Amino acid sequence: MGHYVVRRILQAIPLVFIVSIVLFALVNLAPGGPESAMSGHRLRPEQRAALRKQFGLDKPVCVQYVYWLIGNDWTKPVGKPPTPNAGIFTPILQCLDPRTYLNSENPGVGKGVLRGDFGKSYRTRTPVIDSIGYALKNTAYLMSVTLLIVGIVAVPVGVISAVKQYSFFDIAVTTLSFMGQAIPEFWLGLILFLIFYVWLKNPVTGESLLPPGGMNTLGAAFSVGDWAKHLILPVTMGVVGWVTWYSRFLRSSMLDVIHQDYVRTARAKGLRMNKVYFKHALRNALLPLVTVFALDLPYIFAGSLYVEIIFSWPGMGRLYYQAATDRDYPVLMAILVIYTVVVILSNLLADIVYARLDPRIHSD
Amino acid sequence: MQGSIPASILTKASQSSAREESLRSLIWRRFRRHPGAIMGSIVLGCIILAVVFAGLSPYDPVKSDLSIKNQAPSLTHPMGTDAQGRDLFTRVLYGGRISLLVGFSVMLITLLIGVPVGALAGYFGGWVDNVLMRITDAALSLPSLLVLILLSAILREVDAPFLKSNPVITIAAVIGLLAWMFTARLVRASYLAIREMDFVTATRALGASNFRIIARHIFPNAIGPVIVESTLEVAYAILEESGLSYLGFGIQPPTPSWGNLLSNAQEYLVKYPWLAIFPGIMIFLSVISINYIGDGLRDAFDPHKVLKKMGEV
Repeated sequence: MGHYVVRRILQAIPLVFIVSIVLFALVNLAPGGPESAMSGHRLRPEQRAALRKQFGLDKPVCVQYVYWLIGNDWTKPVGKPPTPNAGIFTPILQCLDPRTYLNSENPGVGKGVLRGDFGKSYRTRTPVIDSIGYALKNTAYLMSVTLLIVGIVAVPVGVISAVKQYSFFDIAVTTLSFMGQAIPEFWLGLILFLIFYVWLKNPVTGESLLPPGGMNTLGAAFSVGDWAKHLILPVTMGVVGWVTWYSRFLRSSMLDVIHQDYVRTARAKGLRMNKVYFKHALRNALLPLVTVFALDLPYIFAGSLYVEIIFSWPGMGRLYYQAATDRDYPVLMAILVIYTVVVILSNLLADIVYARLDPRIHSD
Repeated sequence: MQGSIPASILTKASQSSAREESLRSLIWRRFRRHPGAIMGSIVLGCIILAVVFAGLSPYDPVKSDLSIKNQAPSLTHPMGTDAQGRDLFTRVLYGGRISLLVGFSVMLITLLIGVPVGALAGYFGGWVDNVLMRITDAALSLPSLLVLILLSAILREVDAPFLKSNPVITIAAVIGLLAWMFTARLVRASYLAIREMDFVTATRALGASNFRIIARHIFPNAIGPVIVESTLEVAYAILEESGLSYLGFGIQPPTPSWGNLLSNAQEYLVKYPWLAIFPGIMIFLSVISINYIGDGLRDAFDPHKVLKKMGEV
């Protein structure tokens, strides 16, 4: 097992590098940058150039990538590296020349992504890692509540519709889950907003039944009720898609299991049906679900993008959306790379968990 | 893994034209017996007809008429009008053209990339398979929604007349570039299974070229799961496009699409809720129809059920 994990991680490293190079090229080939992140200010060309220089964008893209990756605090402040004059081949020559990387005009301070430094945001001028830390905490809070509800709803629904296959309950659930998967997530959010913020009013105070967004009432003292109220709409919006997906999955997984011999044996022994289904069968039916869940982890977090935008939740999705709108490339790169690593790690996790849980599987 | 069984049956079937005929009608019969799929086909058919004949509407989808702005749904304007005094029903129909076109274009793009990649990888194996599957893995490890937003944000800035004048192709290409991997894996699995079969060896012994075997002999036998996957791809693409356009990264106004009709909806939600409700219903109806059609096709192509039926024939 240990060997297998190490091998998989070693295989994943070049993949992360390739993906990061592709993403970096994409982000940096796009027009715009710090000068457009400060939109609203009209900049003179020389200001624009100074700004680009401040963020190191006057250097060739390959140098920018290396600095982004391993920082530039090791460069020697001996002055501008020589620029070869070779027409369209100039950038290639520059990239191949070590002096382009080693020599700089000012001493660098960047530590690089590999040492945990994601640079500074073009817009706020603060370290990217700080904004991400704050947003990640909020997303984790929202998603853990969402996933808890998903589990509480999806497991019994999936089990019952498998046990009572083709019953009214099962058909209703199947139909509802088809509907749940066809509703555009953001539109569901808008409709929830319309119903619970615009239409329904609190009969006593006449205020809207539920708040329109945010994590709590700004300026108000902390109260559990207030935080809970702010959770209802975002969680409901996030839950629908995942409940339909997991309950359908659990249903088919349960159907595979309950026709097996050991379930029949347990029933023949005279165990109560509920015990047979929820204890004996469910355990094995959850096995493939765990793998799917591990694979879904990155999507669960990325998928909260629409929820966070509609209900102004200060999490990762909203941070990414704002960065994309403002062309705040250091933030974009940081989030993209973190998600890529999460995707790869979740794939690995899925394989490991499956191998651990199912003794029939040998990883090597 | 799914591909191997239908392949064997379909192979058997393709050996004589009479049996091929019976297989086709068998699939059609099974599809017809799926009530959801039939309902889905009818609803989707109606939507397609309506958007194709959107030009019959007496109103213009883009030109504004401020004398009729912000009207609630009525007999003359069944979905109401927007802040620029444009009939929402007309805009929804024209928007449907764009959204459905994006959906089917994405399907085409995923087929155009996914089928060759999967076929070459599965048929040749070895280093070809290794290279192509590593590329597929890399594409799969991209966080798709985030990259989708990034690409659309970049393309919005790029000053290329072709991209500006062909927003449907642009957005479909972006979505398709991040969605072909599933088709590729599916096709690869089918080709891996079928290339070992006797009829392929026989064809090769008869002197058929690799290209001919890939395109003419294996392809027809590998197509079942691909059809199902591609159908669901259309629904997926419609949802993705609507989300992107909602965020302001997709189709740009004044050209309507179901997504960008919703993009300012939250602002107007308090006063003019119909602007948010109707485009969403159209997305919902088309996606659920397509999903049901896909479900019907999956049942119709289901190897186990077909196998049982073939035993009876």
